[in-house]
Amino acid sequence: MAMDKNMNVLIVDDYKTMLRIIRNLLKQLEFDNVEEAADGAEALAKLRAGNFGLVISDWNMEPMTGLDLLKEVRADARLKNLPFIMITAESKTENVIAAKAAGVSNYIVKPFNAETLREKIEKVLVNA
Amino acid sequence: MPEAPHDLAIPDPIEAAVRQVLSTLTGDMTTNEASLLAELEALGREVQRAKTEIAALRVDDINDNHIPRATDELDAVVEHTANATNEILDVCEGLEAMQARLPAVEADKLGTAVTRIYEACSFQDITGQRISKVVSALKAIETRVAAVTARFAKDAPPPLEKEASAAPVTEGRALANGPQMPGVGTSQADIDKLLASFD
Repeated sequence: MAMDKNMNVLIVDDYKTMLRIIRNLLKQLEFDNVEEAADGAEALAKLRAGNFGLVISDWNMEPMTGLDLLKEVRADARLKNLPFIMITAESKTENVIAAKAAGVSNYIVKPFNAETLREKIEKVLVNA
Repeated sequence: MPEAPHDLAIPDPIEAAVRQVLSTLTGDMTTNEASLLAELEALGREVQRAKTEIAALRVDDINDNHIPRATDELDAVVEHTANATNEILDVCEGLEAMQARLPAVEADKLGTAVTRIYEACSFQDITGQRISKVVSALKAIETRVAAVTARFAKDAPPPLEKEASAAPVTEGRALANGPQMPGVGTSQADIDKLLASFD
């Protein structure tokens, strides 16, 4: 199944350099419609106001974490099926299990490489 | 038999404990009882000495100068590495813009190299999170040192109450521990296996 690379992608991270890196890697993967948010609360507002096909979010952010954002997304009737990839330094098994229980589509641990990002995005979007 | 001492220069609450023991003693003391009292007196002096030493530690200097300076230095490390990373990213974006003007083979090589630089630049996020953990640890030390000093030094100001975070402790916050030490966290391969086990 071909991916729609014209979809809007929301990337969420409190480190501006990380947002820039992910944006540039997505550009290499030909995803040009990328918006940014600095935490879960800002992301949720953008998701509710916009039309996104994929969320790529960090976990550890103030005031709303990525896991809490994921729960809000899954509880929202319009957003509940939105593909959601967590990219985080949180690498404990309990974090992965909590994210899976909350409905994460895939989970990437930092530091990551471009190939891992491409592979997870493809897997998530093909299964969406 | 030795008489029970009546004027022990021992501070509270040790003094209270000693006097309580003394109050249970009537008449002449046995050698064991006198030895016990001598040990209690020595203990009281040790506690007094420890209190004096703690009061002399100049904890106010540690809390007012050393820890804030250390956290400022760490904040500066984060800022400088962020600036350096952004400089690197500026150059990479410039190189990517040149790709279209290069022959295909060279353009691919350049693209691969730039991707590797992007991947490497994610260090700034990881180091930033690690430094945040160190700053949190320093602040915890600051609070506890101030609390100990306030208990032992009569003239020391009471420790400042830290404002509780307004944000609720959600599951996401409770599980936010930052990067693990090398070899401790779960690898991407193991995460993939774990996720696949749920399918």
